[in-house]
This record gives sequence, structure tokens and C-alpha cells, in this order.
Amino acid sequence: MLKIKNINTFYGQAQALKNVSLHLTEGEIVTLIGANGAGKTTLLNSLSGVVPPRSGEIFFNNIRINNLAVHQIVRMGISQVPEGRQVFKPISVEDNLELGAYLKHKMLGGGDEVKRNKEMVYDLFPILRERRKQLAGTLSGGEQQMLAIGRSFMARPKLMLLDEPSMGLAPMVTQEIFRVIENLSKEKKTTVLLVEQNARAALKMANRGYVLENGRLILEGTAGELLENKDVQRAYLGKDKKEIWER
Amino acid sequence: MNIWDKTHECMSRDELEQLQLERLQAIINRVYKNVTHYRKIFNDSGIISEDIRSLSDLTRLPFTTKEDLRVNYPYGMFAVPLREVVRIHSSSGTTSKPIVMGYTKNDIKIWSNLAARFMTAAGVTHDDVVQITFRYGLFTGAFGVHYGAEAIGASVIPMGTGNTDKQIMIMQDYKTTVLVSTCSYAIALADRIEQLGIDPKSLSLKVGLFGGEPWSEKMRDEIESRLSLSATDNYGISEVIGPGVAGECSCKKGLHIYEDAFIPEIIDPETEKVLPEGSEGELVLTTLTREAFPMIRYRTGDITRIDYAPCECGRTLARMKKITRRSDDMLIIRGVNVFPSQIEDALFSVAQGETPYQLVVERKGAMDNLEVVVEVTDKIFSLELQKQRSFLEAIKKRIASVTGIHVDARLVESKSLLRQNGKISRVLDKRQI
Repeated sequence: MLKIKNINTFYGQAQALKNVSLHLTEGEIVTLIGANGAGKTTLLNSLSGVVPPRSGEIFFNNIRINNLAVHQIVRMGISQVPEGRQVFKPISVEDNLELGAYLKHKMLGGGDEVKRNKEMVYDLFPILRERRKQLAGTLSGGEQQMLAIGRSFMARPKLMLLDEPSMGLAPMVTQEIFRVIENLSKEKKTTVLLVEQNARAALKMANRGYVLENGRLILEGTAGELLENKDVQRAYLGKDKKEIWER
Repeated sequence: MNIWDKTHECMSRDELEQLQLERLQAIINRVYKNVTHYRKIFNDSGIISEDIRSLSDLTRLPFTTKEDLRVNYPYGMFAVPLREVVRIHSSSGTTSKPIVMGYTKNDIKIWSNLAARFMTAAGVTHDDVVQITFRYGLFTGAFGVHYGAEAIGASVIPMGTGNTDKQIMIMQDYKTTVLVSTCSYAIALADRIEQLGIDPKSLSLKVGLFGGEPWSEKMRDEIESRLSLSATDNYGISEVIGPGVAGECSCKKGLHIYEDAFIPEIIDPETEKVLPEGSEGELVLTTLTREAFPMIRYRTGDITRIDYAPCECGRTLARMKKITRRSDDMLIIRGVNVFPSQIEDALFSVAQGETPYQLVVERKGAMDNLEVVVEVTDKIFSLELQKQRSFLEAIKKRIASVTGIHVDARLVESKSLLRQNGKISRVLDKRQI
């Protein structure tokens, strides 16, 4: 469904992605692993059009999208859940969700689907229903993350880009978030590209993964293969740490 | 018709090429980072990994040859530290030193699944009893098929080579359904079964998986009728993984190359230029999934051609023609790869200097035979009969220890070997395959 060929993305003079090629098949959960600064977020931003790549090609369902504006990309069915949640704090939970459906609403002109989607989000995260009149800024970190995912789901994307959804969350809350991501993939048939610090948990849930290092992809494989790969284990799963220090 | 890995064996060309590109770029980044040899040749030729933007850019990279592997003996080509290697195999080099290959845990897992592909394609299922008559040891052959059979869930009998009567007894009593051997050994088995007066139809054999040496359609017909089984070919080369590079499906119209794991190219062995689709030439392989021992454009020395037309079996993978020739002088004797240069080294070291000789390869019955014919020179002539005999024994022993095969050795009169323009041709191959 998604195909990236040789994208190069820059921040000014600094090149953050070097010749990256990657693909997603419909229904997959694919995770991106890499150290801080490896280019994971940049890759998501290149996909969603927030930081368009300087060269290379991105095809979504065989349509080239890397020259489109962000809103056009969203309209095609790609939504991003940004790192650090970025909910609109001074407005209510419900308004946050409805903003997520802004394009859908404009396109369809009707509120029915928006209402249905909102119900679906409340079913996914019952706590949001309870807090729907509360200002988003008063929610806990975990609830804000749920809201961010819910808001992005309001556009009923075919592909969801999730950036560090477990960042700064307690293990219990993380589990809950991961459960919902799996549900989005299995029940709601959403394809997921997941960037996660918690590589082990992400690989347990994902079908496949890619490893980014200094802006280059160095490994592609099934989640099982990556979990067994010694480089991945050392660098991202915290195994064999001692030996590294000794070197 | 069963397919072991539908996702990868039946991909559309478009999907496959995307996956190949991703894996190629990743492996090039990895070898550049981890293998000194590749970093050096990329730097020397001024290529950076960002230059590889499509599969055709692969041709910009230099080849890897047996010579490169020899220079980097033993561990220089490994892309991971030795402590991550769980297996070491080795195959014959062009000199007395072998070539060393390493496997990580993942490599073994990937290998198992690749071998399971051609076994499944040939009709092997978890109900089968698989008798493996390849040699276990440094050679990759037995292990690859062994792992493939285990992945499928079949019952493996790890017989190893030789002891034909015992092989046949076990084949009868254990109700072997799948025979894994070289083609010539299958014929030797058929001969012995006939001699013993056993009706091949009374055996449970169903499938024969033959690899390790070239064999012809004529031999396929012979084995199929004499052992009453379906004979399929598979191809592998130790330097890239072992058995599990390509294998025939039940259509028997070429060997499907597992292109999600290896990129094949066909080159002219003389000019080293890539040849157009469908041409016959030397097979060059690039590994896409290997962790411990990645190979970029490895020259296999095997001559074949590749057909990209879809196959009736449903697999979309390209098919290569059965291998019948080599681009170099490597001999395959009873499934073992031997270079004349190895034998020459051994001979000259025993003879303590150069001495005229010729290697004669014949097929005696079903089995290959290699004879080293040495001309008597003044030095050797001066030896007593007893010493001549021990000289020949020493040659045989030395060659066996270097190549792993037993050869015959014989002395002939001075100047009796046929010379053309004053030169003796080093190898006389009388086999007709």
C-alpha cells in the first residue's frame, strides 16, 4: 500500500535521511527502530508531508504523494500521531476529536459519520467518554496520548503513523495504549507504522521492522528475526551491555 | 501443489523488486560498516552506499571472487563478531587453504526456511521420512537439507555418506520416502538394489532431492524409473549459504531462485559484462538476508541462464536452467568441489618440485573417479620400486587431506602423456553428462 524509494530529507544543510526505501503492505504493523537522532521521526514527517523529502519517491496506493500538501495527504488516508501527543490543551476532549475529523466533515458535509467515529473512539478509550467535556490540558499523560490517537483516528485513516506513543507513560498505561494499537490494526483494519523507544514491546506486536542508523536503513526483517539479531539486541533491547562497555 | 512461503515465493515483480531494493540498500550499508574488505573496495572505486538507488545500480559494484575470500582467510569477510557466529562451514578454495563461512542464529533459521522451500516444492511434507546421504561435516549440503526437513516437520535420518548396503537396509526397514543424495550416488544405490534383487516398487520412496553435482535429463529419467520416485534438482553454493538458493518445483522446468534472499545476475565470464535477459553465462549472486557472511556480487563459476516468465506452479520467482558447466576449471567429483590447482600444489609438494602430470576424470559405473597420472622423471626414476610405491601413497594421502576425496595415482613412462604444442592438458575429463 505504501512504497518509499530512495528518499533524502534535510533540515537545512543537515541530511537526516539518506536514500531510505521502505514499504508497508495493507494490514501490517511495521515498526521503526533506531537510536535518538537516527531519523525515525523525520521519516514519519516525510511521509505525512510535514517535512517533505528533497528527493526520492513516495507512493501511497500507487499514487505519488511526496509532492502533495499535508492536508491532501491526510485526505488520502494517512494520519500522524505526533511525538509528545500535541493535543490542543485549552479546548475540550470532544472538540479535540472533532478537529481530527475536520477534513472528513468538510468533505462529507455531514455530521453523522463524525458522530459514529466519535462513538468508536469512545468505545476504544472509555475514559475519554467520561472526560469528554474536560479541557484536554487537564488530562493525564496517558489520557492525552489516548486522545491524540483518537483524534487521528477520527479521520478514519488507512495508514496511521504513530510516533513514540509510550513516551513518558507508566507501564500499565503503555500496555493499554499498545492493546488499542493492536485493536486498530486487527479490528479496524488500519495499517500501522510505529516508531517506538520500547523496541522489545514494539517488535512483539509488529509483523516486520526496519532498523535506522544515522539516517540509513541497515536492516529489514520480520519482527522475530530482528528480536534475534545481535545488533538489535545490543543496541535497542539492552542485552550484552556489559561486553560493550568492556570494549 | 504446496508452497512453503507463499508471501515471498508468489510476490508480484513490483513488490519483489521493492523488497530487493530495501534489502540491498540495507546490506550495502551493513557491509560498508562491518567488513573491511568491502569498505576498502567501495572506497577505492569511489562508490558510496547512496549511489545504489535501483537494482540496476548493483552493476556499479565490483565482484567478489574466490580470490577475495582466500585473501581474507579465515574470518576477514565476516560481518559480525565471531561470538555472534553459531556455525562455521568451509568449502574448497583454489589452493590448499579452504574458504570459511559463518552463520548467525538468524542465518541458520533463514537457511532452514529456504531449504524447506525447495523440499516442499518437490512434494516433501511432515509425513515424510527423509534419508540424507550427504556427508555431514564442513560441507553445507547435509545440514541445509537436514534443517529444511526439520522445519517442515519431516522425520530425518542423518545417514551421511557410504555404506551402501546399510543405506538400503534402512531405506527398506525405516520406510524412507525421501532420498537426498548426489545424482551419481542415487544411480549407485539403484545398481546395488538391482544386484540384491530388491523390487524398487517395494520401497516406500516417493521423492528424490538431488544436488551437489551436475546431472542431465537422461539421468533423471533413469533414476525416476529405476527407483520409482520423482527426481528434482536443487542448487546451492556454500559461499552464499548452501542448498537453498534455488530449487525445482513439480513442473521440473527450471530451478526457482529465491530472489527475495538472493539477487541473481548473468555475466559473460570473460568480459565480466552483465548479459541481457535470457542469455547464458556465469551466475553471480548477491545475498540479501545473510547476517554473518554477506556476499556482494559473488562469482559462482556456474554457467546457466535465467527465465523470468511465470511458472505454472504459481511461484513468481525466476527460474534458472540446470547447471551443467563451469566457467572455471573446478571439478565436481562425487559431489565434492575440487580445483586442479589444489591437486597440483599437493603433488608438487610431495614431488618436491614441478613434475609433468595429468588428471584423468572418468565415470566408472555411476561414480566419478579421479586419477593422477604422473610421468616418471629422472628424479622419480632413480627411486627404487618400494620408494615409488610409497611416493604414490604419499600423493594420494596428501590430496585426500587437502580435497577430502580419494584419488588414484599411477606412474607412466617419461614423455608418454599426450602433448599439444609441448604442453600437457592438465585435466582430461572423460565423463559425459
